[in-house]
This record gives sequence, C-alpha cells and structure tokens, in this order.
Amino acid sequence: MGFSDADLAAIWLTLRLASTTTALLLLIGTPIAWWLARTRSMWKGPVGAVVALPLVLPPTVLGFYLLLILGPDGPVGRLTHLLGLGALPFTFWGLVVGSVFYSMPFVVQPIQNAIEALGERPLEVAATLRASPLDCFFTVVLPLARPGFITAAILGFSHTVGEFGVVLMLGGNIPGVTRVVSVQIYDHVEALEYAQAHWLAGSMVIFSFLVLLTLYTRRPNLNKAG
Amino acid sequence: MENIEALFRVEWPGFSLNVDLTLPGRGVTALFGHSGSGKTTLLRCIAGLERPTQGKLSFKGEIWQNEHTWLPTHKRPLGYVFQEASLFPHLSVLGNLRYGIKRASTEHKVSLELAVDLLGIAHLLDRKPDRLSGGERQRVGIARALAVSPEILLMDEPLAALDLKRKQEILPYLERLHDELEIPVLYVSHSPDEVARLADHLVVMDEGRVVAHGPLSETLARLDLPIRLGEDAGVVLDAVVAEIDDRWHLARVEFAGGSLWTRDHGIPVGKHTRVRVLARDVSLASGEPGLSSIQNMLSGHVDAVADDDHPGLLLVRVRIGNSSILSRLTKRSAATLGIEVGREMRVQIKSVALME
Repeated sequence: MGFSDADLAAIWLTLRLASTTTALLLLIGTPIAWWLARTRSMWKGPVGAVVALPLVLPPTVLGFYLLLILGPDGPVGRLTHLLGLGALPFTFWGLVVGSVFYSMPFVVQPIQNAIEALGERPLEVAATLRASPLDCFFTVVLPLARPGFITAAILGFSHTVGEFGVVLMLGGNIPGVTRVVSVQIYDHVEALEYAQAHWLAGSMVIFSFLVLLTLYTRRPNLNKAG
Repeated sequence: MENIEALFRVEWPGFSLNVDLTLPGRGVTALFGHSGSGKTTLLRCIAGLERPTQGKLSFKGEIWQNEHTWLPTHKRPLGYVFQEASLFPHLSVLGNLRYGIKRASTEHKVSLELAVDLLGIAHLLDRKPDRLSGGERQRVGIARALAVSPEILLMDEPLAALDLKRKQEILPYLERLHDELEIPVLYVSHSPDEVARLADHLVVMDEGRVVAHGPLSETLARLDLPIRLGEDAGVVLDAVVAEIDDRWHLARVEFAGGSLWTRDHGIPVGKHTRVRVLARDVSLASGEPGLSSIQNMLSGHVDAVADDDHPGLLLVRVRIGNSSILSRLTKRSAATLGIEVGREMRVQIKSVALME
C-alpha cells in the first residue's frame, strides 16, 4: 500500500500552494520587513502587531473574516467580480490569499530581525561608495541577511504546508482544487481509513522534522552572519 | 569657489549643532574637539549621512544641500572612512575595493593600483576581512574610500579604534596621503598628536559650535581657546632640514625665526618637515646663559600671557622671528623672572618632536 491517486493529488496541491505562497510572501513580506526594521514611525507598533496576529488567532477566525471579505458580498469580492476574476473563496487562489495572511509573520519576522541585526553601518558604507538604496539592497543587504531570508522561506513554506483551519473555512474540501494534505488526512480519519491516514500523517511528521532539523543545524551560521 | 561652505543647524534632544563655516578646498583640515563636541555629526552632515534640521552646503561652488536641494550621499563625490573599518564581510579585500570603483564616475584620478600602493595592501587583496588585523582592515577601509576617486575625503577618527602600535602602523600612510593627494581631507580627531602630524588647518569644536579655526600653527598658538589641551598644549612649526650632524646623530631644522637641533630621523637635508614643540618642554630665562644640557636656546619677546588649566600655571607665548612658541611655567617662576608682555626672554627648548 502507498499513496492513492487522491493522496498524490493532495500532496501536489499542497506543494503548489506552499511554493506559490512562499514566493508571494518573499515579494510582499520583504518590503514590510524592511520598513518595520528601519522605520521610526509611530505606526511601527500597530503594523507589527497586525502582521503578528496570525500567530495567536485561531485559524478559523482568520478564515471566517477572509471568507466574508473575499466573498461575493465582501468589499474585495465585489472588486474581484468587477475585474472578472469571480469570487476567490473555494478556489486555489483563495487559498493562496488566505495562506499569505496566515504565514505572513513566519516570513516577515526572520527578515526583519536579520535586517535589524545588520544595523545602519553597511547601508551608510554602501552609500558612500555610490550605491543607490536599491543597489545597496541587492548587493549588501541581501547577501548579508541571506540566512534570515532562507529561514523566512523555510518557515513560510512549511507553515503553509501545515495549514488546516484557514483552508477548511476558505477553501472547503474540493479534490484537486482545495483539498490539501491536512484536509485529506482529516477525510481519511473521518472515513476510518487509518492506514491511508498513517501514510500521509507519517510523511508530514518526517517532513516537519527534516525542516526543523535544517533550521536548527543552520543556527550557528545564522548568528555569525547577523 | 574653491572652498567648502557649510551651514548646519541640528536640534536633537540633549544635543545641538550650530555651525557656519568655510573650509579650505585643499589640504588636511582637522575637526578637533572632545567627544560630544559635534565634530562627527558635522562630518556626517557634510556626507549626507545625517539630515540636519536646517542646512546649506556647497562644495567648490556645487550645491549639495540648501532649502530646495538635497543630494543623497551616493551622489556626492566623496570618500568616507569610518571609525571602524566597516568592510563588507561577504566580500574579499579586492571585492571591497571594487565595490566602489564599479559605481564611481568614469574619470579616475585615483586608480585601484594607486590606492593599493599608497596603503600597502597588495598582499591582502584575496583575503576576507575577518582574516585581517585591525590595522590592516583600516588601511583597506582607507584604500576603499580613495578608490572611488573622491573629490573630498572625509575621515571619522580612523585611528581611534586602534591601539598605539596599530596607530603607529597607519600614521605613515596617512602622512603619505597628506603629501600625495590633491583633494581636500576632513579629518575628525580628538588626538592632539594626530592633528599636529597631519593637519594644515584646524577647526576646534566645543558643544556643537566652532570655537576657533584657522591655519594649524596660528590656531595652536592661540591662548584664548576655550578648550584646554593641558599636557598637549604646544605649537607646530613648519621647518626645513638644514644640516645633519653624523657624529652626534642630530639634525638641524630651520623655521621662520631660527633653527633647532633635534634627533636625526634620516630625513634628508632640504626636505620640508614639521616640528612640534610642547609648552611643557619650553622654559624661559633671563640674563646670561650658563652651561646647560639644553641645546636649543633662542631669543624672543613675550607676546601674550594667559592662565593655564591649573591655578599655579601660566601659558606664555613668545614671538621668535615670524613664529610663536608656547611655554608653560608656574606663576611663581613667572613672577620671579618678571615676565610681562614685550619683555625679551631666552627660550630654552628641552625637546623637539619631528613629525614627518
């Protein structure tokens, strides 16, 4: 016995969702992390708190509000309708939006910490060597804060893989569209297919362990570069 | 239009800077003062690393900052040396040098080879910064700032983070820069010794204000400086090596006002040099000279007298030809000798330090 076709579809969907989410989060999260690391604005606290909300909120709460906002009567839902995109809930891209919010702190915080650890000095040095701020970001900040970015990508990816509540609220359980591994396990258990559940659940344990092992054995490097 | 005009007002909690200054467009200008006097902030304002509350800055006629203009640091044609070398740890020495060169404008006045040569770092190019000693790192930092072919070099206490031995290692390179570079250098320091060796022009700062500025010798000979130099009070004289006495290993240097014997440091006859005469090494006498171990005896007129920082001490300025020398003596010996402005005195100089 091994993975059924449905299991494989769920695994494939999960990987696609986690990769898409991670890529988007690195794009969106980096400027947010940059701003949070360097601003002296009074908004730093509130914005930081909002970014960190998914750490403490039950995923069902996040899923519930996203469902309302993205739904046909929600403000974003109306906009997506006008743009001809239809409603996002119960679609792959709906899950992507949900996952981006859900995993945001896991990407923003490591990057923010890495940039804060760099301090002002390397940026000042780059400026005195004629590097524009953007140039400096790619040639100084990115290489020096790379361990932070790698940690962010690993955490963002694996946290999205482990998502359940938001998916169920926002995506339901549509095979090949929104039925990710965690939901598939839930289905197996509901149907008393324990052997099938074991295969997927066991794989998740191994996957998660390997991810954390990578992170924790990388630690010394991370400190050195910081 | 060859000057640097700087007007800055900075108001931060617990600190203010209020400066309106014209700096010469050539030579080494030392920004000198105690820590907290605002000298580093002034330098950072000039570099565009701080944005003052109010500021005007023009460099040789080119506006870098005024009410309407703000030239960001990366567009100012300057080189900056930080107190800690602050090399990029992810790049080799060569990578650090090239970082600026790649981005600098195409007219190269200072080439990579020249910067490497001036600072003596050719053997270090392949190393990573964490494989360098503190002194080597700072030499690379200086070479990196020079390699962008700056029109002005700003140095923020480049020796302050180093121990005495490392300082001695770098000072000769800085003296070479002083001799060979044609661009102006602004050098922040709280060390009278570095200032005496390197500066042509001195700006003395205290509590965010400029309290004195002018050519080095004149400014050092002022008795009204609000910051006291204590043991470091003294003058710097420009001099030329006139004669070497091989038998006694001495050299005679001539300055505008006379000549002095000093230890021979191998500087050839005819070469320009500077000598530093500390006030504590100068004594005054009247009447006929007797036998003395002091070799340097000159004659001059008392020009000014002022209190020193200790209530028992005086600083006396004596005019010798076209130069001034400071002497520190106790008030009691001044009274015994009858020292007063205009009086002719014999000046005995116990030791003279040759600076270059």
